[in-house]
Amino acid sequence: MGNPIKIIKNGIFDENPTFVQVIGMCPTLAVTSSAINGIGMGLSTAAVLICSNLFISLLRKVIPDKVRIPCFIVVIATFVTIIQFLLQAYLPSLNASLGLYIPLIVVNCIILGRAEAYASKNSAIDSMCDGIGNGLGFTIALAVIGLVREFIGSGTLFNVTVLPDAFPKTLLFVMAPGAFFTLGCLMALLNHFKNKNKNKA
Amino acid sequence: MDKFIVSGTPHVRSKDSIQGIMRDVLIALTPAALMGIYVFGLNALVIMVISIASAMFFEFLYQKLMKKPVTITDLSAAVTGLLLAMNLPSGAPYWMPIVGSAFAIIIAKQLFGGLGQNFINPALAARAFLLASYPTAMTTWPAAGHAMIDTASSASQAVDAVTVATPLALLKAGTITSVTNTDMMNAFIGTVGGCIGETSAIALIIGGIYLIARRVISWRIPVIYIVTVFILTAAIGRNGVRLPHYEILVGGLMLGAFFMATDYASSPVTPKGQIIMALGCGLLTTLIRIFGGYPEGVSYSILIMNLCVPLIDRFTEPKIFGAPEVKKA
Repeated sequence: MGNPIKIIKNGIFDENPTFVQVIGMCPTLAVTSSAINGIGMGLSTAAVLICSNLFISLLRKVIPDKVRIPCFIVVIATFVTIIQFLLQAYLPSLNASLGLYIPLIVVNCIILGRAEAYASKNSAIDSMCDGIGNGLGFTIALAVIGLVREFIGSGTLFNVTVLPDAFPKTLLFVMAPGAFFTLGCLMALLNHFKNKNKNKA
Repeated sequence: MDKFIVSGTPHVRSKDSIQGIMRDVLIALTPAALMGIYVFGLNALVIMVISIASAMFFEFLYQKLMKKPVTITDLSAAVTGLLLAMNLPSGAPYWMPIVGSAFAIIIAKQLFGGLGQNFINPALAARAFLLASYPTAMTTWPAAGHAMIDTASSASQAVDAVTVATPLALLKAGTITSVTNTDMMNAFIGTVGGCIGETSAIALIIGGIYLIARRVISWRIPVIYIVTVFILTAAIGRNGVRLPHYEILVGGLMLGAFFMATDYASSPVTPKGQIIMALGCGLLTTLIRIFGGYPEGVSYSILIMNLCVPLIDRFTEPKIFGAPEVKKA
């Protein structure tokens, strides 16, 4: 049994799924055109990840090794369906703007990756903490990317206009290439600070 | 005879320097730049100055911040800045060349390793960035003509006053069905709508011939590129009319063929490779112009072919003389 806080922190910082593991790139690049979309996507994924990690960990002794991937997918798909119904019922506008990317959480690398690499080998509590850490790490990353893209591309933050109309909006940043530029620059910045800390220590 | 100099290869060195080549490119661009100022007024000059100054500034800034040797005296940033300005409409707001230069120098050039390491032409990358980001400002063309006199009094008003469609937009819309000698002359001299440095075919050809004569560039890419566009537009035609002699004079073809597609770092090394690149550029330009959504396709076709250059270079690698033939697996 590991230290739960340590596991959570590990998922958010040292092994951040987006900036360090570089997995789950499809939703990262596709839905982060605004901060709200990024947070919505991140939290939906986190919810699925926590539940699926918990259940896969509980079932890890029952699931036969040869068919483990289909079993993981069934568990994950169940939770994704639940999340999608919840979003349709309570947050229809978010559901509309995330669209196809909600069902696509089923094949998100992060969820299957954590199931395979962590939940299928560790205890239920640890796996849940791992899900919380990775889910929050993913949410934070998507929120930051969304904030940067929304600010530069549409001059708003959380749909509140912050830049005057006369200020030029760089439309490229709400388009696909802007996601790559933002992700690359943020990764470079984080690595820069990480290296600085390493050199000091 | 008591002294032998022992040194490693290469023993024969070219006297060319980066600075010398870049100076030649700047000289070659001068006629087109002057025509741009003559046709579009002092605003064009202001944009060119801002663009060159900010390109050199960003190169200096990046190299200082990264603690690298500062190489702005090699003039490559100045060439990028000038090429970018020539790819902007003369009515562009003044912050646009600054943003464009920052993108060209920092993102397209320095992040990939600086001079000689950029896989796409920085000025064209910046143009594509600006066109995607600020579509309205990038496609508002101030009218050509005697802007010199108008702009002397009040620059921005005169520029905002009259806007025109470029010849390529008119061709796309099917408005132009025949070309008179006057039209040909206007396109040849450059008194048509368009970017600052792209309208004057004669000035660009003079600059291109200078570069070829100085052996800075080879004739292959520009000549084959332009001929390919000529032949393909003659063969395909658009809206039922075939005006290949007019099509090669308008738009950014001359500027792109002589100054952009020949960029050392982003064009093939071997003669065979250069021919393939030029044919590809010509084909893509014609296809985009005639069938694509944009009126002009020069910048995108050169960028796309830039991406193919590593592949082209790999397949046109010359056989080493005397080396045994490599059996293909």
